[in-house]
Amino acid sequence: MNVHAARSLIIVVLFTGYLPAQGIAVQPRYVDISLSSLFSSGWSSAEAENLIALQGGAHDPNKRGFTVQNVELSLMGAVDPFLRGEAHLIFQIDAEGESSFELEEAFLTTQTLPFGLQVRAGTYFTEFGRLNPQHPHSWSYVDQPVINTRMFGGDGLRGPGARVAWLSPLPWYAELFLGLQNANGETAASFLNSPEEDRFLGRPLVDRELESMADLLRSVRWLNSLSIGEETTVNLGVSALWGANRTGQEGKTAIYGGDLYLKWQPQANDQGWPFVALQGELMHRNYLAAAHSSEIFIGDEESLADIGGYLQVQWGLKRGWVAGVRYESATGSGKDGDDPLRDQRRRVGGNLTYYPSEFSKVRLQLNLESARFFEQGKAWGLWLQYEFLLGRHAGHKF
Amino acid sequence: MKVFNVKALLMGIVILLAAGPAAGKKLQIVTTTTDLKAIAEAVGGAYVSVNSISSGRQDPHFIDAKPSYMLKLRKADLFIRIGLELEQGWERLILEGSRNRSILLGSRGHLDASAGIRRLEVPTGAVDRSMGDVHPLGNPHYWLDPYNARIIAGTIARRLGELDPEHEAQYARSAEAFSREVDIAMFGSALQEGEDAEGLWQRRPGGNPVPGIEAQSGPGEARGWQAQMAPFRGVKVVTYHRSWSYFLERFGLVAAGELESKPGISPSPGHLKNLIETMRAQQVPIIIVASFKGDKAPNLVAAKTGATVVKVPYSVGGNDQARDYIAMMDQLVTRISTALTRSSL
Repeated sequence: MNVHAARSLIIVVLFTGYLPAQGIAVQPRYVDISLSSLFSSGWSSAEAENLIALQGGAHDPNKRGFTVQNVELSLMGAVDPFLRGEAHLIFQIDAEGESSFELEEAFLTTQTLPFGLQVRAGTYFTEFGRLNPQHPHSWSYVDQPVINTRMFGGDGLRGPGARVAWLSPLPWYAELFLGLQNANGETAASFLNSPEEDRFLGRPLVDRELESMADLLRSVRWLNSLSIGEETTVNLGVSALWGANRTGQEGKTAIYGGDLYLKWQPQANDQGWPFVALQGELMHRNYLAAAHSSEIFIGDEESLADIGGYLQVQWGLKRGWVAGVRYESATGSGKDGDDPLRDQRRRVGGNLTYYPSEFSKVRLQLNLESARFFEQGKAWGLWLQYEFLLGRHAGHKF
Repeated sequence: MKVFNVKALLMGIVILLAAGPAAGKKLQIVTTTTDLKAIAEAVGGAYVSVNSISSGRQDPHFIDAKPSYMLKLRKADLFIRIGLELEQGWERLILEGSRNRSILLGSRGHLDASAGIRRLEVPTGAVDRSMGDVHPLGNPHYWLDPYNARIIAGTIARRLGELDPEHEAQYARSAEAFSREVDIAMFGSALQEGEDAEGLWQRRPGGNPVPGIEAQSGPGEARGWQAQMAPFRGVKVVTYHRSWSYFLERFGLVAAGELESKPGISPSPGHLKNLIETMRAQQVPIIIVASFKGDKAPNLVAAKTGATVVKVPYSVGGNDQARDYIAMMDQLVTRISTALTRSSL
């Protein structure tokens, strides 16, 4: 084997974990590697500064023209007989054309704990509701719901921490998640937030030390799943989050949510089609802003309440084709009519997706917006999204 | 605010564990498909209780990892899969979700039924997804060759014997009895009492002529599958997906093509046009379609070529008559041989 061939072989082994098979050889599966690349192009009637606020998710198409939504490298596999490891690395080009890299998730999950227990540790998406832990590639729309952006910021709620999940011995599927994570960083928007942010919901943010465990982000989720006959499954979940915010030493945030997912799929289906899936989430945030007095702001302690949700139906018409419609609404208490994170907002989206195979898709989506923060108050956006997947992609959680 | 009341949680756990159902004495088996369930039941008899994840009316490649499946696995002693990556889209999720340590990959409670199977269509060169959904370990639809059902029965019996040594001998005997049933169904009543059928099975490919067996007359059941299918050796057929290779090879039918342009890829108009020409030129008499597949493409091609669409169960439970493995295979052989007999092509 010449040097060139040897180098090529090393590269193949390093990147795929495969040795060239001779006949029916054993295939080592040390690590499954996959790349999901999500792009979109489109147009909106809203101008750039308003469009960024309307499409506030960090993976939303947010620019007239082309958007690189999410290029995600995933590595996963069994670490040893006791643990599985998983990491997701994101490469992106933002609306200004700047490249960025993010460690989205990297965590271990125990495999062999007794009594239905499982521990996850590392940095990961918080188990809250249905959509927050999902990666952009598995979304049914080109953008994340408005309420998710308001509650959890553009990137979703995630951070370093650990959580325990317990599959209860109840006769139906009932799983309880208890988690503890850092409450700081740009991926903990309603909590300690990024140190670079100086205001949130109109209130100035101050530096704050962690004083007790209660300042960490605490999460609870209870997920139930019920089968209605052989062809329909309903998931019902309730979630709650508590943690400190950075409006002052007394500032704290509580978020509560309920979620529903119902899917019908006949037994005799063609690669999963046809199906009907109904999904909805409702969230409420109570942001207790501490009293503040400085040159820039004077205000009493104040409780800012926000509520919102979405309801969507996806209809898998025939093999490869899915049509969907989503209604969203979000609003905040008080007189913040011009804050794009708190104003009264409605959005109706409809889309049609075609999957040539499991590993690619094309999606056309129309959004009709109604918001108070910008003068026109109404806008439309039309987005064409396209995706490819390479490698061994993990199956999707139901 | 006190969020985690650890004491209350622990007490809750204890109460719930105590209230859980006491484990029965039967070995709890969960299989991925109904074919494996039927064979495991034949082998395990009264000592086992078997559940299947897929229902027989479903395509086992495409199953949602529903939480209800995780519950099925929660108390399982043995998990049996087809393997060769048939279940790769959903298996890991439900195994991990079940939190059942004893059935994880690599443990004694995890059995891959493909062990000992002579695999077909194992790719020799590089495989990539431009070829569609090619299974790199070989075609996984091996249960559709009745000979392989005997191998599966032996594999299951050995593992049951390891898990439940007290009944090891019974499992081995039941597997032998099941194999004998398959032998008689295959070769008919002409198979002499005590005659070893192994030699008959080994007359591959396509079950080379076995004059004594094939000359049998009378109703199908008495003659056996080999005799029923013998007149059609070498006949060309078209299938929807490449699921039928093992069945075709066993009975000497020849694949002239598939409706899918590539494995797992929807039939395209261009591909169907070419296929229709091929079928006309080669006078292909039937199109074999699993019961869960759509009718549109098969009916379109049938209308243009005069071929007959034969919708068949490809798993136990795929239709009402396919109650167990032998009944399922009976359905296949009867429907296909009847359609071939009636075809004017």
